[in-house]
Amino acid sequence: MQRHLISAADLTRDDAVLILDTAEEMARVADRPIKKLPTLRGRTVVNLFFEDSTRTRISFEAAEKRLSADVINFSAKGSSVSKGESLKDTAQTLEAMGVDAVVIRHGASGAPYRLATSGWIDAHVINAGDGTHQHPTQALLDAFTMRRRLVGRDAGLGQDLDGRRITLVGDVLHSRVARSNVDLLHTLGAEVTLVAPPTLLPVGVETWPCEVSYDLDSTLPKSDAVMMLRVQRERMNAAFFPTEREYSRRYGLDGDRMARMPEHAIVMHPGPMVRGMEITAEVADSDRCTVVEQVANGVSIRMAVLYLLLGGAEFQTPSTPAAPARTAEENR
Amino acid sequence: MSKTLIRGAKVLGGEPQDVLIDGETITQVGTGLSAEGAEVVEAGGKVLLPGLVDLHTHLREPGREDSETVLTGTRAAASGGYTNVFAMANTFPVADTAGVVEQVWRLGKEHGYCDVQPIGAVTVGLEGRKLAELGAMHESAAGVTVFSDDGKCVHDAVIMRRALEYVKAFDGVVAQHAQEPRLTEGAQMNEGVVSAELGLGGWPAVAEESVIARDVLLADHVGSRVHICHLSTAGSVEIVRWAKSRGIRVTAEVTPHHLLLTDELVRSYNPVYKVNPPLRTERDVLALREALADGTIDIVATDHAPHPHEDKDCEWAAAAMGMVGLETALSVVQETMVDTGLLDWAGVAERMSFTPARIGRAEGHGRPVSAGEPANLTLVDTAYRGPVDPAGFASRSRNTPYEGRELPGRVTHTWLRGKATLVDGKLT
Amino acid sequence: MDTHDPQPLPASQADARPVLEAPDIARVMTRIAHEIVERAKGADDVVLLGIPTRGVFLARRLADKLEQITERKVPVGSLDITMYRDDLRLQPPRALARTEIPGDGIDGKLVVLVDDVLFSGRTIRAALDALNDIGRPRAVQLAVLVDRGHRELPIRADYVGKNLPTSLRETVKVLLAEEDGRDTVLLGAKQTPQ
Repeated sequence: MQRHLISAADLTRDDAVLILDTAEEMARVADRPIKKLPTLRGRTVVNLFFEDSTRTRISFEAAEKRLSADVINFSAKGSSVSKGESLKDTAQTLEAMGVDAVVIRHGASGAPYRLATSGWIDAHVINAGDGTHQHPTQALLDAFTMRRRLVGRDAGLGQDLDGRRITLVGDVLHSRVARSNVDLLHTLGAEVTLVAPPTLLPVGVETWPCEVSYDLDSTLPKSDAVMMLRVQRERMNAAFFPTEREYSRRYGLDGDRMARMPEHAIVMHPGPMVRGMEITAEVADSDRCTVVEQVANGVSIRMAVLYLLLGGAEFQTPSTPAAPARTAEENR
Repeated sequence: MSKTLIRGAKVLGGEPQDVLIDGETITQVGTGLSAEGAEVVEAGGKVLLPGLVDLHTHLREPGREDSETVLTGTRAAASGGYTNVFAMANTFPVADTAGVVEQVWRLGKEHGYCDVQPIGAVTVGLEGRKLAELGAMHESAAGVTVFSDDGKCVHDAVIMRRALEYVKAFDGVVAQHAQEPRLTEGAQMNEGVVSAELGLGGWPAVAEESVIARDVLLADHVGSRVHICHLSTAGSVEIVRWAKSRGIRVTAEVTPHHLLLTDELVRSYNPVYKVNPPLRTERDVLALREALADGTIDIVATDHAPHPHEDKDCEWAAAAMGMVGLETALSVVQETMVDTGLLDWAGVAERMSFTPARIGRAEGHGRPVSAGEPANLTLVDTAYRGPVDPAGFASRSRNTPYEGRELPGRVTHTWLRGKATLVDGKLT
Repeated sequence: MDTHDPQPLPASQADARPVLEAPDIARVMTRIAHEIVERAKGADDVVLLGIPTRGVFLARRLADKLEQITERKVPVGSLDITMYRDDLRLQPPRALARTEIPGDGIDGKLVVLVDDVLFSGRTIRAALDALNDIGRPRAVQLAVLVDRGHRELPIRADYVGKNLPTSLRETVKVLLAEEDGRDTVLLGAKQTPQ
């Protein structure tokens, strides 16, 4: 693993599988009376949020606290950032306080990359979502959810998603979740199909390692998992699609459409859902929908990432960790 | 008056010759000229070019003296071999009145490093709604002939038509920054494979091409000439080529950076590569070089756009657009056009001196290197190759995309009407 | 960075000599099982927790032996101590092993920790911390296959397969059939770092 987690594309297959396996162990901590590990005692992690995102922030915060890190929440609202202080100055202020890692959410694509590569700070940088670029921990928790549901909790250890057919539906153009998922799922061997109206696909999507379709109905029977992306109502005003009704009719997931999916197939959503837009209440509340699981898995994944980035020594940064204490085989 | 003998210089890249300057004028060009009474500059096989003319420079004064002033900008120009620069109108206040253009023009004269020819705004405040007093700016001491809202596009077709027509009265030209505003809302970089991956707002080529297409048709319709600023796409080249084949009076410029750099560099998210128009693809770069070689694109203009460090030392979206260019332009042109065999030095003189002066109606600039002509000259060590070091820039700003990059060619001497402004690479 | 590395460098197996062979290992495991039954007065509330990797196999073997002796199933699980180690920051991040606590938990039980080699005692310190976050046993005991001495903490084993006096220049390597294809304990010389 690299020192930072900026993009899902930076992860090798082995990195990704290691994170998923580690998260599987982290998940077991949640079942214990004391949901806490001493692993990051004495380490300080800042959650630097330039964009409102209560869900992601509390997920990281829970993960950090379960690993006993000292947590500082820094929200750009009401801080000196809104008074014109630059990202660089903010970062250097945090560095001066002796921060070991910065979890950053920023509206500008590339802000975490800049933070990690501009020499402003020494801390580890974890991207918690930047503009329309990347959201790697979301992709990891999605892959974790898929592996559990499609391969199995224990059977999945050490495994990737080879040959699984994953369909992402909705506003790909503005979605960092879609970008991260395409990168990671491809690395994990899955076959990805993007389904969206042509207006909500970026120019250049043809070079991505995935299929593209405009037709949801023909894709559903060939999907092991269908991930619905949020579609913001504002997009309507910028002529990305005519009306909410037309969008739902062509690209929304309702009970009838869900029935066309294979029996084992799951429905995913990164949240927050826009019920009635991309997903009906019937689908959102069904057993096949993993939204709530995804939230729980988010904490495990973020614990795994924090542990693997911060839990070890600083002076060695091999591409893979030291010899594993066991192979997946043993745990069957 | 002082005399200077430049001995053994390859004039426009030809056979070595001596050039004698007496006062403000070239008095003799030949071999074995007498050095009597003259200071001798041993050219030793360096290439002698007419002083370069930049039709597109941002000097920032008045208003943003923290990034550049007329003094620092003209010193940078002299360092880069320029003797005449056209200063864009997007200052604070905007150069949309005779008063502002005269001030800029006069500052250039006073400092004496490089002639400054102000460009007047097409519309009041660059707002695209109401024509500025184009005639008054032309009649002022600055004698403005080039008008541009650069940084913004004159997007209203009626305003553009009127401006094209109006300046015919005094042989002016409108230099259009071709950028359809609606298609580029929130745009951050060239729209394509890289923008899709990086999640940065796309700046489609068509936003430039559609405006160029409209403007050449308008120019044709009203019988005016039109100049296209910083043309950046292969499609734009096609449109200009077509327009020229139809006899439409269109001229076009390309920047050095669009001849060398591509949008792949944006993967670094380093805002030093953020520029308007954005860096395009390899295919565009090759089309631009070819078009500059075959004359479809008439000139190289720097779009020298200084910005203070803090405007680039930040996240991409928050950063200012633009790059400094005066001090590296000739090196980049040598790298991309001369050393690739696309252009000889006579061709460079044509595209960086003669033609820009002609488009901008700059008197006394862009003249041949021959007896009786004003001694505006620049001497280039074309054998040199070395890394770009922004610390040595005369410009007040350092926002160059070439830091550390090895480039060929180094301007060692510049003369403005016989007066040396640069000697052995040092400003006088 | 070698100076920071507390891990002994692997001794080449050619130089190492066996100090326990498969029959010895089987014999001492049987003995330990009997001792547990004796000290726990029947092993009614014993829970065996092996410390990964090889402690887990030893714990399972002990569980089998206890079952033979008592004719009752003895709960057996594993306790990964990686995240409780005191030398985490001295090495690159390690992959985690499984912690598997038997269904009835450990509250009020006699937990017997099982490991292959007892050395500095730091692993057992970490294991005690880990147990603390999982529940409250009635008592905790420790069973090891080999005690090689050189304790750095006030920790001792309740059941020892073999006391093996060693120097710090030596390495002890336990091989088990489940992981390594054969049962043996090797004593070798530590290679000096170049």
